[in-house]
Amino acid sequence: MSNNTARNSGFKINGSTIVMAMYLLFLLLPIYWLLNMSLKTNSEILNSFTLWPRDLTFANYATILTDRSWYIGYVNSLIYVLMNTIISLLVALPAAYAFSRYHFMGDKHLFFWLLTNRMAPPAVFALPFLQLYSSVGLFDTHIAVALAHCLFNVPLAVWILEGFMRGVPKEIDETAYIDGYSFGGFFIKIFTPLIASGIGVAAFFCFMFSWVEMLLSRTLTNVEAKPIAAIMTRTSGADGTDWGVLAAAGILTILPGALVIYFVRNYIAKGFALGRV
Amino acid sequence: MEWMAWTWPTALFFAIIAMTLTVFTILAIKFPEMSRMGVLGMETTRGDRLFITLLGSAFINLAWLGVIGAKQPFALIVCLVYALAVFRWV
Amino acid sequence: MNKTVNQKAWFLVLPVIVLVAFSAVIPLMTVVNYSVQDTFGNNQFFWAGLEWFDIMLHSERMWNALGRQLFFSCIILLIEVPLGIFIALNMPKSGFWSSFCLVLMSLPLLIPWNVVGTIWQVFARVDIGLLGYTLSAIGIEYNYTQEAFSAWATIVAMDVWHWTSLVALLAFAGLKSIPDAYYQAAKIDQASRWAIFRYIELPKMMGVLMIAILLRFMDSFMIYTEPFVVTGGGPGNSTTMLSIDLVNQGFNLGPKAAFSIMYYLVILLISYVFYTVMTNMDKKEGK
Repeated sequence: MSNNTARNSGFKINGSTIVMAMYLLFLLLPIYWLLNMSLKTNSEILNSFTLWPRDLTFANYATILTDRSWYIGYVNSLIYVLMNTIISLLVALPAAYAFSRYHFMGDKHLFFWLLTNRMAPPAVFALPFLQLYSSVGLFDTHIAVALAHCLFNVPLAVWILEGFMRGVPKEIDETAYIDGYSFGGFFIKIFTPLIASGIGVAAFFCFMFSWVEMLLSRTLTNVEAKPIAAIMTRTSGADGTDWGVLAAAGILTILPGALVIYFVRNYIAKGFALGRV
Repeated sequence: MEWMAWTWPTALFFAIIAMTLTVFTILAIKFPEMSRMGVLGMETTRGDRLFITLLGSAFINLAWLGVIGAKQPFALIVCLVYALAVFRWV
Repeated sequence: MNKTVNQKAWFLVLPVIVLVAFSAVIPLMTVVNYSVQDTFGNNQFFWAGLEWFDIMLHSERMWNALGRQLFFSCIILLIEVPLGIFIALNMPKSGFWSSFCLVLMSLPLLIPWNVVGTIWQVFARVDIGLLGYTLSAIGIEYNYTQEAFSAWATIVAMDVWHWTSLVALLAFAGLKSIPDAYYQAAKIDQASRWAIFRYIELPKMMGVLMIAILLRFMDSFMIYTEPFVVTGGGPGNSTTMLSIDLVNQGFNLGPKAAFSIMYYLVILLISYVFYTVMTNMDKKEGK
């Protein structure tokens, strides 16, 4: 055992290190290239091939952060993403509790049904969603996108939360009921603090999956709730593509994930696998 | 509801599906489901067999339409045979 | 944990059912309604029967897209699953470097899909991209906007870049659950590296690998945004996957709806097969 830990904690150059270094290089190189381009002027991008910005400029970022038609895209995306996260968590919490504690009729079929919604292609739902939200007057609103994203985020939240709740011993529930707590009181005062980290992880993944989706958010919006993903396509105009601004906009969309990545690093696998790891 | 463009045949189709689900729910209350091992080497309950039947029937209808392309109602007879086979052996 | 039977649990699940029914069942019913009718706009519909299904079933374009889609999904699985396992085996098991690798590997997973497309678009362009420029400079004929093979290579490389880490992270989670005692025993038996992998690591990873294969297959089967941004389905139709082909049908409600239903049925079938295999494996492990 001591032998084992000594081998792991020391830093030696061996086969594994080389494999990992090459893989990480492969992952980071394209991202570096985007960052590199975002800090260049368009003339440098188009006229000379440089591995790092010779003529360092932040003008591309300034363009996005000062032009309302640009930064409003981030605001719109954030609004519907946050709405979706809150809705998903609120409905998923009681359901996850039910799945983690009880058997009930049709629970397995319900599981499968939720799973199929996670697997269903957004392209299939884009058209009927457009008709549905237009008919109830919600087209081009944030809530329409938030509700549409519930299609895959609610199942996700249910299964992540269920995984965490299963880890809480059932005796805690029983003791609380004996102590005279009602279900609501117990759930809010005792149970929720116990699974706080699970709620955090579920919230992060709802945020993430809603943030990365483009097809539905683009289909359901036009002007008022246009997400950043749709605004980014306008950089290619009649006079060529504004590569610098496109790259800067891309880098800014990576930020929310990159900022919290450290805190969720041990749960990434769990989140992507619907809590089944 | 107008945007959903309901027609009588599709309404009937969904009504039949809803009724089947209701019947199977009532059956499950009256006679609790027992899982058993079928020819596919997996345990199935009555609900599972219903799902396999419905999904399989959809594909049988599509295959009939694609390959034979006429007398669609006869595909339903094939579905019925398939359904009986599923409920008997799967 | 032993669960108790409690039918009142249905009330706790009800909000989820209502919400998902609203956003899944109603749209699907609408699609079924559209698929049997013809429309000239203005919410005026005419009965068309099974005509659209008949047309779509004999549409060479759809079958070609399905063929491309299956080919793409299979290539993706064949590359990403072995590579992911290989990476997981080489990851540091604990300590600072383990976290370091986890954080950097997770990065591509959290990038918006259209930005993944943008990244590879600017990375692979022959004029301004590092990859395209280098390949051209060393004399390899490469241009993903002109030539089908380059386009395919680019999207496959992009998907490998985007998702291999997911397989690796899942496999890593499986590896970490193996108790040290297993390795000790193998050491005493002087088992070879291959034997350790074949008889200890692989069986223990099977559960998570099934999930990885399911997720990778399904997600690649509905891929839309990334190839749409990079190649737009071209050159020609060479990278038009099922979802791109479906969206390209435009506002022809009837054919689009018939296509959607068949697409959805295939998804249902594959999900069910995977789900059954997974639950059966869970049961066997439980025994």
